[in-house]
Amino acid sequence: MATTKRTVEVELSTTGLDAQGRPQRVPLAVDEGGNVLTMEAPLGIEPDLSGEHMLINLGPQHPATHGVLRLVLELDGETVVRCIPHVGYLHCGFEKIGEYRQYNQIIPWTDREDYLNSPGNNVAFALGAERLFGIDITERCTVLRVIACELSRIISHLVWLGTTCIDIGAFTPFLWAFQQREEVYEMLEMWIGARLTTSLTRVGGMGADIPDGFTEKLSAFVRGFPKVVDEIDRVITRNGIWVGRTVGLGVMSPEEAVNYGLSGPMVRASGVAYDVRKDFPYLDYETYDFDVPVGTNGDVYDRFLVRMEELRQSTRILDQALKRLPDGPVNVDDHRVILPPKSKATSDMESMIHHFKQVMEGPRPSTGECYVAVESPKGEKGYYMVSDGSSKPVRWRIRPPSFVNLSAIPRMVEGHLLSDVIAINASIDIVMGEIDR
Amino acid sequence: MGLSPRPDTRLIDTSSNEPWITTKLDAFVNWGRKNSLWPMPFGTACCAIEFMATAASKYDLARFGMERQAFSPRQADLLICAGRVPFKLAPVLRRIWQQMPQPKWCISMGACASTGGMFDNYAVVQGIDSIIPVDVYVPGCPPRPEGLLYGIMMLQKKVANERSGDPSLRNEMEPDPDTQLYIPPSVIDEVSEPFGNSIHQTRSGL
Amino acid sequence: MTEGDAVNGVNRDGSFAPVIAGSALGATAAPATPRNVPNRGGAPNESIEPMRQQFATAVRRVDVVWGETTVVVDPTRVHDVIRWLHDDPSQRYDYLSDVTAVEFRDLEQPLEVVWHLRSLPYRRFIRIKVLLERGAALEVPSVWDIYKGADWLERECYDMFGIKFAGHPDLRRLLMWEQYNEGFPLRKDFPLRGRFSRSEQLRQALAANPEARYSKEELSIADAFEDLPADMRRRLTTGERTGE
Repeated sequence: MATTKRTVEVELSTTGLDAQGRPQRVPLAVDEGGNVLTMEAPLGIEPDLSGEHMLINLGPQHPATHGVLRLVLELDGETVVRCIPHVGYLHCGFEKIGEYRQYNQIIPWTDREDYLNSPGNNVAFALGAERLFGIDITERCTVLRVIACELSRIISHLVWLGTTCIDIGAFTPFLWAFQQREEVYEMLEMWIGARLTTSLTRVGGMGADIPDGFTEKLSAFVRGFPKVVDEIDRVITRNGIWVGRTVGLGVMSPEEAVNYGLSGPMVRASGVAYDVRKDFPYLDYETYDFDVPVGTNGDVYDRFLVRMEELRQSTRILDQALKRLPDGPVNVDDHRVILPPKSKATSDMESMIHHFKQVMEGPRPSTGECYVAVESPKGEKGYYMVSDGSSKPVRWRIRPPSFVNLSAIPRMVEGHLLSDVIAINASIDIVMGEIDR
Repeated sequence: MGLSPRPDTRLIDTSSNEPWITTKLDAFVNWGRKNSLWPMPFGTACCAIEFMATAASKYDLARFGMERQAFSPRQADLLICAGRVPFKLAPVLRRIWQQMPQPKWCISMGACASTGGMFDNYAVVQGIDSIIPVDVYVPGCPPRPEGLLYGIMMLQKKVANERSGDPSLRNEMEPDPDTQLYIPPSVIDEVSEPFGNSIHQTRSGL
Repeated sequence: MTEGDAVNGVNRDGSFAPVIAGSALGATAAPATPRNVPNRGGAPNESIEPMRQQFATAVRRVDVVWGETTVVVDPTRVHDVIRWLHDDPSQRYDYLSDVTAVEFRDLEQPLEVVWHLRSLPYRRFIRIKVLLERGAALEVPSVWDIYKGADWLERECYDMFGIKFAGHPDLRRLLMWEQYNEGFPLRKDFPLRGRFSRSEQLRQALAANPEARYSKEELSIADAFEDLPADMRRRLTTGERTGE
């Protein structure tokens, strides 16, 4: 067949330019009818790109960075050669503002710092402040706080699960996870009136006792929730895409994980049996019967398995806490920190003065300092508080687990593909509110 | 919209069986726009979690024509700024707003985005309206999903009442070239002042 | 974990040798929630006696506050002390919880740099402190060569307090942006709302190029170098990397 040749201009952004900067012309083979037959690329149109690195900026606004994380990635082809994380895009000065607030006033800030785990943070802060005040909380309060901690572990892991599923390409578990979160939200709303930013605790007790009907709702949740976990388990744990996109990624060896200061599911997936609840217990966690899941490979898939198992273990703890929930007062009988009842504050002069002084001047702990760590869903969350005897702390330091976990991301992603960065980043379970504070 | 009461037979061929209506162009275009907003969630903090709850199964944002969420500003027409915006993020938010094509609207979700909220300190912008124009403010810390939905419905009402003949609507505001600010510095200073007597909140010690 | 059959936590067949917290304690009683902790006094950490023997004068003071042992160490020896705590087989403080600093409202008091260390095998917790007197240089040795996790913790401490960690490989601002010039936010002389007016803060923030890359290594392959302020370009070309 006879063909006629003509040329068309090819615009290949920068690569198809000739020495004068004009688009190179490619001979195009056309038959008599004008149909394109083949396209012959001119010699040298493909530049030699081996050894040429490309810079990719991921974030700070990217749906898969779980917030405003920014990663600058240097790529060789599709392989990450270097990863430089930039954080601080959500730095809101929590620690500074803590120096200007009384102890009870700081509790609303703890809600907003790791906002997936608000009740757990409230409990952690109250434990720290109570250490400074030298208060031992009541029996009922201890159990209620365990319930708050484990509920918040569940809702935090559910957000992790839902968003990670979206990142890796499964939308359904996100909807299931958020349905369960709504159940927990409803319970928290019954309890304290807020869904997300709960401010559940006070120094020396709780903001409120659980209302009527709460235990029934909670036990129904404890019965129903494992079924949902099993369902999600059935859908993704042996799913080919899920396994293919998570196994063998971002491996950290146990020694490395400890040296990098990882904590929580991150360090446990690497085969380090370290859980603050077991090793440095608080809230009588040593009396609960639960297991600490530990991974064997330290990759993204193991972190997923560890978190799934933690969901089940948290349900176990909730079940035990419900069974042992004692009657009795929630707040300690300590007039230094606990406000008089509202009815007395409006009718009794002394109580009113006490209420006024308590609110305006605030309780004062003795001079000292303490570091109280709890096992948050992300890892070891520590509050380091220094008091100089005034009603406001000199220093309120948050030890953010996902901050330290994230600092190991260059070690984890380098050498992997660009698409794996998303999976590895998701497996860290970062909360930018906590990282940047 | 409504059916015209008496079609003029000289202008329109009424022999056709195709149904037809007449309406104002504005009403038709706005009806289409308000029911197919493509939101771009600029989620930074706690409010983003409540935004996710709004988009999830129980509250189902898709009922309001927002099934398709745009994570690229270039394919979005509604910016939902959910969460606090520190100064370090301010140029990013400005850039994202400038990347969105017209027509575009903005919802400021939550107290922190609207006013700085409880973060009256060195790090946080006291209201994103000093960086970008805002159409609807949703109060709450964070707002409940119902609150956000109400804000979205308010915006839909606003969109429905827009007039294409109004030349000021689609104007892209150009910031001052020297300071990059939309509004005069004195106004920013004034609106950023704390509300009420908050001496106790700025006194360390005591 | 037995030392013989695993190298760096990895068994010969490639699987992980697990690290068990509390493993060095044997089958002693499980830890319990502390109760009725006294404000001052109480038994100090078991590591204190060997530490005193090892570093006689470098250990300046030992306090037990709310059940936690605080050791105030000579600033010049703090790296040796932490290295010894990490390496010594009877201590094995292998986990760095936190690095931070404390400045008191009383401006006579020295600024403190605080390290929180955990020994996972022995389930111990210790707080190491260094006091930096007023007027003295705010510089302490970095422990990055011992704990990789110290990287960001030290950078944050530098960002917030201006304390230099000698030996840190990449000490520059972490949370605030590189051109931030209001000072170090967590210092007590820094006002809560910052030094500048709101409009000035906003103007400076908006002037920052969101695409700027902040380190020399990144800039060598990037194109935003020209967008940086002139003084920063000068400092970057001379190799200086701090944010002051």
